[in-house]
Amino acid sequence: MDLFTIFQDRLPDIATGFREHLELTFVSLFFAIIIGVPLGIILTRYRKGAEAVIGVTAVAQTIPSLALLGFMIPLMGIGFTPAVVALTIYGLLPIVRNTYTGIVGVDQAAIEAGIGMGMTSGQVLYLVEIPLALSVIMAGVRTSTVLIIGVATLASLIGAGGLGDMIFRGIAMSSNELILAGAMPAAVLAVIFDFLLKRLEVRVTPKGSRNKA
Amino acid sequence: MIRFQEVSKVFPDGFKALDNITFHIDEGELFVLIGPSGCGKTTTMKMINRLIEPTKGKIWIADKDISKENPVELRRSIGYVIQHIGLLPHMTIGENVALVPKLKKMDAAKYQKRVDELLSLVGLDPSIYRDRYPAELSGGQQQRVGVIRALAAEPPIILMDEPFSALDPISREQLQDELIRLQQEIKKTIVFVTHDMDEALKIADRICIMQKGKVVQLDSPEHVLRHPANDFVRSFIGEERLNAAGVLPDIEEVMLKPVTAGPNRGLAESIKLMHKHRVDSLLVTGANDAFLGIAKVWDIQQHYREEELTLKDIMTIDVPTIQIGRSLAEAIELISENKVAYLPVLSDEEKLVGVITRASLVDVMANKYGNA
Repeated sequence: MDLFTIFQDRLPDIATGFREHLELTFVSLFFAIIIGVPLGIILTRYRKGAEAVIGVTAVAQTIPSLALLGFMIPLMGIGFTPAVVALTIYGLLPIVRNTYTGIVGVDQAAIEAGIGMGMTSGQVLYLVEIPLALSVIMAGVRTSTVLIIGVATLASLIGAGGLGDMIFRGIAMSSNELILAGAMPAAVLAVIFDFLLKRLEVRVTPKGSRNKA
Repeated sequence: MIRFQEVSKVFPDGFKALDNITFHIDEGELFVLIGPSGCGKTTTMKMINRLIEPTKGKIWIADKDISKENPVELRRSIGYVIQHIGLLPHMTIGENVALVPKLKKMDAAKYQKRVDELLSLVGLDPSIYRDRYPAELSGGQQQRVGVIRALAAEPPIILMDEPFSALDPISREQLQDELIRLQQEIKKTIVFVTHDMDEALKIADRICIMQKGKVVQLDSPEHVLRHPANDFVRSFIGEERLNAAGVLPDIEEVMLKPVTAGPNRGLAESIKLMHKHRVDSLLVTGANDAFLGIAKVWDIQQHYREEELTLKDIMTIDVPTIQIGRSLAEAIELISENKVAYLPVLSDEEKLVGVITRASLVDVMANKYGNA
């Protein structure tokens, strides 16, 4: 069977895998952002502890992705939830680190001006720090997204579905075409998201400093 | 307007930035804090909007103890211009200028109009610049925006922390000139920190010279130049500036010993005295050298036949005088304005100590320009 007919025959499976893959990615990314961004912001307020916390998230990322998913089975069993937990942990580091470095890197003059003009600390955060760090934070989100899309193919191994199902089935059946039927959509997904998020990153870069970037 | 009362500041690392300083900044004056780095000038300024809290002592603004005010509200009522300009790069020029009015939740239509006025005030056409971003402006233009941003909410006090020091010399001169012009229009109380003596002398109403956390001298630029408090101030000002400014000597050096007479001296006697000293007027003094008036030879001549008259009857009482501590420039002005030949010099207790005559001024001018 050639690739084209496999794609035709397996279209419903590919569609299901694609949908599951997107779900895994979005849910994990969602949690990674709502944990990672505030964590990064909090760390900028407690800079002494920042290196330690970022170190811990870095260690989480050095754990091989397959091993991390494996850890989930004794702790949480198999299925969607443990996969999301593992992917969230995996996607955390780039977001925390970029949020932290982005905000730390905001021009001190802008912050001093903000405080001196009578902004509350919340206003300094929302009107100065986050807008100016947003492009760096978005770069972290983009890295995380691509990472999660990649690792999510392995989530199939703990029964969370996704495009990994096709790939592993292909490996089991020694069918290159079947492997490609899973691998190609996953690859395309990563490329598309990378492209879209890159566009978004440029959009959120403050207009005044865009030429410099 | 702003009063520092025995204020000290010791930073957590033990550095004593301010040592028991007390001074008062008047309403509407441009007050310059100056000194070498580490002298406490910036610390002093940042205490006014509570960016730094004093370790000891109190600061009063309009007779209110600022330590009891909400710091955020306090800062919104004080304009603030910083050295690094600090425009927010993601906001347009218009949004930057409107920031404090917006934080204060003022009426948007009103402050938008104000933004345009302020931009025009510093020579930036609102229709061109309002919607641009800070990065699209030159350094000088950006700091102009920095200055008017501090004015937007009409605060009575404006703090300026070395605002022009990062600019090129030409822009710096321009902005100093604009600040002087602006201040004549707006009459705010401005506290200006700098380390540049030329800048201070150019713009200040009063200069506060600081060293090692203490106020060394607080005086008008003229007095600082004329009477540096000590060797530190002298070296800080620089001999060059002192020489350039010190072209006119003090009144004390110029004034002559006056020819005086008591109020009850007869006219014939007086004429004799004038003849002896070859002068045309006598300075009439009472007990303890108190100055009473001037008797001119023409007045004596007119009344010479009336034998019973004495000097007190014919002297001119209403004559301009000058206090000894004033500058010679003022004395010259008084003489030429009032077209008088004699300017009596009085001590602080209104005692006659000397006299400046047109002839004595000629000597000064001859010394100054004659050898040049």
